[in-house]
Amino acid sequence: MKWQEVKASVTILGTKVRKDKAQLSVSVKRFVKKLENISDNEAQEVLEEKNYVAALGICAQDPVGNGSNISGGEVYSFQTPKRSNKMAELASELAQTPEQNVAPDHSKCPEKMAKTPQNSKRSSSDKVQQKSKKKEFVSTTPYRLRKRLAAPDPYLESESEYSASCSEEEDEDEQKEVSTVLSDQKTPAKTKAASTPPPRNSLAKKNKEQKMGNLVEEYFEAHSSSKVLTSDRTLQKLRKRRLSQQTLHDLLKNAPLAYAAEIRDLNQQHESLFSKWMLQLHLGFNIVLYGLGSKRDLLEKFRTSLLQDSVHLVVNGYFPSITVRSILNSITEEVLDHIGTFRSPLDQLEFITKRFKEDSSLELYVLIHNLDSQMLRGERSQQILAQLSSLPSIYLIASIDHINAPLMWDHAKLSLYNWLWYETTTFNPYVEETSYENSLLVQHSGSLALSSLMHVLHSLTLNARGIFRLLAQHQLEKKDNPSYPGLSFQDFYQQCREAFLVNSDLTLRAQLTEFRDHKLIRTKRGADGVEYLLIPVDDTTLTDFLEKEDEDV
Amino acid sequence: MFPAPDFRCTSNDSEDTELRFVTCQSLWNQIKSETEQIQENLNKQLLENLVSFLSRSHSDFQEKTTEWTFKMKFREIPTAALVLGVNVTDHDLTFRGLSDVLQDNITPYVAMLEAKDCPGIKNLMQKLMGQLMNCDLDVDSLEDEDCVQVSQNRVRCSMPSLISWYDSVTKKTDSETPSKKRNSSSRHWQSPPVVVVFKDMESFTTKVLQDFIVISSQHIHELPLVLIFGIATSPMIIHRLLPHSVSSLLCIELFQSISCKEHLSTIIDKLLLTSQFPFKLGEKVLQVLINIFLYHDFSVQNFIKGFQLCIVEHFYSQPLSVLCCHLVDIKKRVYSLSHDQCENIRRLPSFRRCLHVFTSSLPKYPLGKQIRELHCACLENRVWETEEYESSLQLARMLNKTDLVTMLQQCVEILMSSSGKEFDRAVEKLKEFLTQFQNLEENNCLPCSLMHHFFLKTLLELKESRRSKKLTKFEMLRFEVVDYIDSLVRRYLVPADERTLHEVVYFNGAAVLRGHLNAAPRTALHTALNNPHWYLKNQALRCDGGGISNKAPDICIVYKLHLECGRLINLVDWLEAFSTVVMAAEEPNDAASSDQVDDVIHARFIRAVSELELLGFIKPSKQKTDHVARLTWGGC
Repeated sequence: MKWQEVKASVTILGTKVRKDKAQLSVSVKRFVKKLENISDNEAQEVLEEKNYVAALGICAQDPVGNGSNISGGEVYSFQTPKRSNKMAELASELAQTPEQNVAPDHSKCPEKMAKTPQNSKRSSSDKVQQKSKKKEFVSTTPYRLRKRLAAPDPYLESESEYSASCSEEEDEDEQKEVSTVLSDQKTPAKTKAASTPPPRNSLAKKNKEQKMGNLVEEYFEAHSSSKVLTSDRTLQKLRKRRLSQQTLHDLLKNAPLAYAAEIRDLNQQHESLFSKWMLQLHLGFNIVLYGLGSKRDLLEKFRTSLLQDSVHLVVNGYFPSITVRSILNSITEEVLDHIGTFRSPLDQLEFITKRFKEDSSLELYVLIHNLDSQMLRGERSQQILAQLSSLPSIYLIASIDHINAPLMWDHAKLSLYNWLWYETTTFNPYVEETSYENSLLVQHSGSLALSSLMHVLHSLTLNARGIFRLLAQHQLEKKDNPSYPGLSFQDFYQQCREAFLVNSDLTLRAQLTEFRDHKLIRTKRGADGVEYLLIPVDDTTLTDFLEKEDEDV
Repeated sequence: MFPAPDFRCTSNDSEDTELRFVTCQSLWNQIKSETEQIQENLNKQLLENLVSFLSRSHSDFQEKTTEWTFKMKFREIPTAALVLGVNVTDHDLTFRGLSDVLQDNITPYVAMLEAKDCPGIKNLMQKLMGQLMNCDLDVDSLEDEDCVQVSQNRVRCSMPSLISWYDSVTKKTDSETPSKKRNSSSRHWQSPPVVVVFKDMESFTTKVLQDFIVISSQHIHELPLVLIFGIATSPMIIHRLLPHSVSSLLCIELFQSISCKEHLSTIIDKLLLTSQFPFKLGEKVLQVLINIFLYHDFSVQNFIKGFQLCIVEHFYSQPLSVLCCHLVDIKKRVYSLSHDQCENIRRLPSFRRCLHVFTSSLPKYPLGKQIRELHCACLENRVWETEEYESSLQLARMLNKTDLVTMLQQCVEILMSSSGKEFDRAVEKLKEFLTQFQNLEENNCLPCSLMHHFFLKTLLELKESRRSKKLTKFEMLRFEVVDYIDSLVRRYLVPADERTLHEVVYFNGAAVLRGHLNAAPRTALHTALNNPHWYLKNQALRCDGGGISNKAPDICIVYKLHLECGRLINLVDWLEAFSTVVMAAEEPNDAASSDQVDDVIHARFIRAVSELELLGFIKPSKQKTDHVARLTWGGC
């Protein structure tokens, strides 16, 4: 071992801290001296940092550049505590613009006014703020919103209280506070407004003054409790017609796109860069587009205007079932005309690399819409795509949308990709990209789930459908019971036997396995070891499903 | 390689685009080969050391000396720990060079392993044997192709099979007659070592490394194995990854590659501070590139990439860049300038300011720049207005004689080396000074040490009372020299953008460069969402302060509303707030079709919310019905 000979030099941000052999025997004095040196270095670093900010903060010369004078902290900081109905407040503020001037008419609805406080007991957490807010409500809320707030749907009435998401944990203190607030609210609103301690505006100013200290406190405040206060209202209670994918599409098609002219201008600016992209692609760079708005049309235009005569591959990354494998397959099968399979994507990649290196006349343009989509953002997928893009005769142009998309790439991948970044903010709606998303909005997920439910069930035997029906009916009967664990297997078996659907528990089990494979049911073992069966679909979809089934039969 | 018309696009005068493109390409190719050359030279020492280590390590095996058997008893595998620094992206070039050198000088059996290919010991062995047997294929030419192709699949990947392969290969080499054309074997030893390179030691799993080392140490007497660890952090990592029982099986020697900062400064020295390449970077551009290097990746590779981008951008966007070529060609090209191009020149802002005649200033130009860079290297100062320059001049005025003389001599040398007529006069003058100094020394028979003492005294006295004492002859001369240098500096070290036609050779698009290399996608999104007016130039969107108009695009309003929420957002409240804002923004229609309006708003809301989900601001939550969870904070 020759460790003693090691002279390690560690480089930290451009300043060198030397550790030499004698370091171990350094006396305290020298150590202090070193520290001084280090602090000197630090000072220098600060200076350098200033230079850095100055150099990087050069104002964007072209109009398309983003506002580079925004500091990082301003963009996305950590969580701060929020009052519960600030959103409605902001909405009312936004709704009231000078030229619009929906002057609130106090005389028209005094009764409703009086009702307001009761309604706004929702935010029971903070008395002081509550009061000041109320004052603002009186003065600024436009009629429409006030009406909404004051006279909620009879359906909503019972639900209108805000509650913690984990209501079991509610402690007594808080309830006490609620009750005091309630008693407070019995007094007329106006006197309360008068007795309001400092208005929120000045609070905000104060906040700014003691920013740092508060920042820390706010952080811990925001993260201290897991409770989130939001209202209990649900879309279901709103009695809104559920929108299917199709109606949504139609509705949006009819709605005029705002600022169409400006968006067109913006896109034309980007389109003028096409030939430059082409050049840079050929020089060994790959191009990545970022910025708000769908870049699909832009890339499509690039393709139609410049790539008509060359071999190119378009990858719709946002498509929910896209995989790297399918990308590689289409390269080997359609571009390289290779028939046969590969053991692993790595083998396939090797094959592609070899072919492209052998034949220098081969050129391939790869366009990937949403390189950061769910399916492609995995580490391995990105590694393979990066290696693919590093081939000199494969030209990659891709778009990313997710705010954390750049985190997909480490230095190694970045150097393989050899990106040139282009900001292409288009403000185009993400029509295609979001049309596959069914997770978030109950509106479409309901319809999708329903159709898939129907589809699967139709391919099953009559008995199997009967079994599922039985389970669904039972679940709907118990829908008011929030702690319904599901139907136990034994009970279910009994019921199925009685309905002559199965003759042994083995057949039932086989059937259930099939359901489980199609994700139609979920099994859960209870505390007593009994197996419970549950359909993981919300009640409305289930009701719809039963109705549809009735029609069919 | 590809059609020149690609260059034609922006500039409407298409006459010289082809020429520009060709110039650009040839310049880039020159620079590229130059950088590769530099890298090779820099790594030379390291590679030499490694080669000598490798030949030492297995010479024992060659000779089958007692020392080897002694070592064998302890089963130590010779190992080189190669500390390469954190700039992982640059390592590839080093390894490529290493493998070339090894294959040329030591052994054909080199295997490069990366952690991503070796999640388990099985994969590692597979990869290792695949590479070793393929390299055998290269040497053996292609005569028995099929035999090698199947080998990887058929042969079981284990140490014994590797050893038997090695035996067969080395025996074959032994038995081979020299008549067979095998130029490579002559350079290698009889039984060359098998070198296994772990490119990214830190990323390997401990288990795989340990297993491999333990297994191969069992077979070290049959297979002359040498390991090379590529280390990005510090040598301590070996001990952190391997327990003592395993690391004691290794005989580690440490090699340190040259630091990336040194590498960069060499590159800058050779690319920018010479007259070899006509293309130059503006001050801010260079600053951006260096900052990306220092604050982001330490990657020389990326620096060169940025440099390439600069070249491309420059030739692409600057029609007059056609003149950015070597001095020899410049005259030819100047004469062939068309009228349009002359117009372009006239339009350059610097030309307006310029007082000189265009023709006379042009050939002079690269010279001036050259000195500037030389002085840059000499004095590390650009402008005479800076404090540093002042202080350095002050210091220069206090220099002792010997230093001054050597400095002057250096200056003369540097100026001589840059063969320009311009400096002849300067050189002569400096030489004159030098002779004067020598004369001074002869006349002044004071010994050096005394003189030194004398200086110090005079300096102190100068501080007290400047005019009290008469300056010595030497001091007079010294001041004269410094003043002359100062005047030289003032004459030649004009900042680049004050020079005539600097646009031709200097690239100044720092903002463009930064946008392409060091982009801030989040900032762009943030700006678009918070201040749509930045992009959509519509008066209705203009808003004072940090606020947002209620006529903003849907997604901006939805975004702004969601900023007011905590961890969870109720979709119903959100929808309600949204429709309040949107209804207020729209003209108060008659309530006849209010239901329809509601539906449209509903649809717009759905779209905006799913767009926010796509962008990663929210995600669906199962904590509560009809709620979504926020994923970002702040920003309001």
